[in-house]
Amino acid sequence: MSNRILSNPASKNGPTKSNKSSSARASTNSKPNLKANSMPNPKSISKPNAKSSSVINSFGGLDKALLLQMHDCMVKSRVLEERLIKIFRAGEAYFWIGGPGEEAWAVPMGLLAKKGQGLAYDFLHLHYRCTPTLVAMGLEMSDAIRLMMNRATDPSTGGRNFSGHYCFPKWNVAPVTSPIEIQYPVACGTAHAQKRAGQGGISIVSGGDAGTAEGDFASCLVWASRKGQELPLLITVQNNLWGISTCYDGQHGESQIADRAKAFGIRSRVINGNDPVESYLALQEEMAYIRKTGKPSFIEAQVSRLYGHSSGTGANFVPGEIDCLKDFEKAMVTAGHLTETSAREIWTKYEEEAVACANAVRTEPAPTAESVWDHIYFNNENADWRKF
Amino acid sequence: MATMAQAIRMALHYGETNLGLKDVFGQDVGAPLGGVFTATQGVDCSWNTPLDERGIIGMAMGIAMAGDRCVAEIQFADYIFNTMDQLKLAGNTYWATNGQCSLPMVVMTPVGAGIRGSIYHSHSFDSWASRLAGWKVVMPSTPLDAYGLLLSAIVDPNPVLFLKPKALMRVRGDEMIPGEPENEKELRSMIDAPIGDRTTWKARWPKVKEHFIPIGKARITRSGSQVTVISSGRHLLLCNEVADQLASEGHSIEVIDLRSIYPYDWQTMKASIQKTGKVLFVNEDTEVTNFGEHLCYRAVNELFYQLMARPRVLAGKHLPGIGLHANLEDASVPQKHEIEQNLRELLAEVP
Repeated sequence: MSNRILSNPASKNGPTKSNKSSSARASTNSKPNLKANSMPNPKSISKPNAKSSSVINSFGGLDKALLLQMHDCMVKSRVLEERLIKIFRAGEAYFWIGGPGEEAWAVPMGLLAKKGQGLAYDFLHLHYRCTPTLVAMGLEMSDAIRLMMNRATDPSTGGRNFSGHYCFPKWNVAPVTSPIEIQYPVACGTAHAQKRAGQGGISIVSGGDAGTAEGDFASCLVWASRKGQELPLLITVQNNLWGISTCYDGQHGESQIADRAKAFGIRSRVINGNDPVESYLALQEEMAYIRKTGKPSFIEAQVSRLYGHSSGTGANFVPGEIDCLKDFEKAMVTAGHLTETSAREIWTKYEEEAVACANAVRTEPAPTAESVWDHIYFNNENADWRKF
Repeated sequence: MATMAQAIRMALHYGETNLGLKDVFGQDVGAPLGGVFTATQGVDCSWNTPLDERGIIGMAMGIAMAGDRCVAEIQFADYIFNTMDQLKLAGNTYWATNGQCSLPMVVMTPVGAGIRGSIYHSHSFDSWASRLAGWKVVMPSTPLDAYGLLLSAIVDPNPVLFLKPKALMRVRGDEMIPGEPENEKELRSMIDAPIGDRTTWKARWPKVKEHFIPIGKARITRSGSQVTVISSGRHLLLCNEVADQLASEGHSIEVIDLRSIYPYDWQTMKASIQKTGKVLFVNEDTEVTNFGEHLCYRAVNELFYQLMARPRVLAGKHLPGIGLHANLEDASVPQKHEIEQNLRELLAEVP
């Protein structure tokens, strides 16, 4: 077996969406390039040491405890997202948007990020499909549900913004915005400050494939790669082959988005983001490269979109998409790391937790009408012209 | 006396040496040019960026998010429009995160006509800026105000737009910046970059001192009793001139320099309007949904029964641009004679 837990995506991971064109398929079906297009010698970058692992297995040398942790986070995130959809369907929320299907990519990112507040830690500039990353960082289900149900207790926005629009300064998680790609040049700013501080922190930015058409994406590539002023920035794109309802070929001429980074001399790679081990190893390697060199790196992760764009398009399960969690769990059971019973218990545990959290959050207070004037200016300095 | 460009330079220098200012950046902001109006010349932490306004504003947001202080420049306000959603986001980030994530950043940009700048070097931005909730917006009319407002902007924990009236960048004031040498030539020799090779040049900064002008406070530049005229930036100076001219004829005009577009100093305006019963608002942004209209609306709403004449707004014409020829520019933005005409009408009006 290869160092990926899943079969070669060339034979298994091809999109099954009927209206995807041949070139999009070719892009997805091409074997993920585990090697960087590489400026510095990749050999100089530390790689996971399989021999040092206590468990030599077929999961890229990752040990069992880590694999179980990844599986646990993936289940928790999936259950949470499906609960959020149910909350929307029950009429208890106005809108849902999230990332079920992206767990294999996003959970490793959350586990690998250097979590904390300040320049010595990693800044994460995420988009609205990054619940799995936050779960891996320690997001409580209740806090995602508070955001979904617009409670005053929502720690990210106080009931002011949509689901998935997280903000956790204690973990350097920048506010998620609805305008797509705006986070890319902002990430250059935190990376610039981190480079100056020289404390080992890097910035990580994520976004979708459709958004790469925005100029902000190009801005990021330009600013991150200027000669002698390179930024410690991990630029990532989650390519699910869709922009709401428009397919990849309707938006792209390039066969791989990662090729655009190459044009700026940025080391880049395309990976199978449905494989948590491949994702983990790629992220680990690129983060190490950035910390060592202070230069940017680029990962295009090919992922699934299991429930469509958002509740605006129904939030219905999309048959035919690769389900990374289902496949990972199956491989874990096959390898003996999990039993079907123990896996089921994990699902049940989180399903019960999600229901309990939703029941509790439902009773929590809503934001008051008067609070619209809170936090316009720092420390609640008056911003209402009627009171000037 | 320093010019406004020199005053801004000295404020940035004071900021980088005393207020924790880490970055001053924008297109052509660093060496060798130091800004197209030379307002960043010699500033140690200044640097050049790609020609990319969205990159500039995004970078500023990120630096602020990381906790560092920065001043970003958009070379002309005419080119700031493709950053509008970023400006909106910078203004709403603290609110949208329920008070978790503040963005203490300054964006400065030259505004307005008056230099024959044609269609894309003459835009105003004060009315547009006033719609960006969460921002503070200031516009100085003198070098000392530029110095003091910029220092206040640098230390403010909120995003601040610093609008530079481009026609005033070479204009000297009549008030000294604390610590500025009295001799203009001496100041020039210290902080103006030489013509030609600048590779080894470094500014010799005077020991300028702290001088904060609070954001949100207007200034009465001429006291009067018959009519109030409220303006900012370069038109404030025109209003002063007209007030002085009318004073020589025995009239009494009160002139208020807004200094801050938002938050604005309503109490100073209100007290003056209550005293005179007559008010004219002057600015050069376009006239439809003009910020002066908001102030006029408020004056009517709150002071209707104290008004002795209908309040007036004199603003730029609602045109797609400002034409290059002098005849076109002068017909597009308020001129001194129009300010005078409006004030004479107000003086003559009897309820």
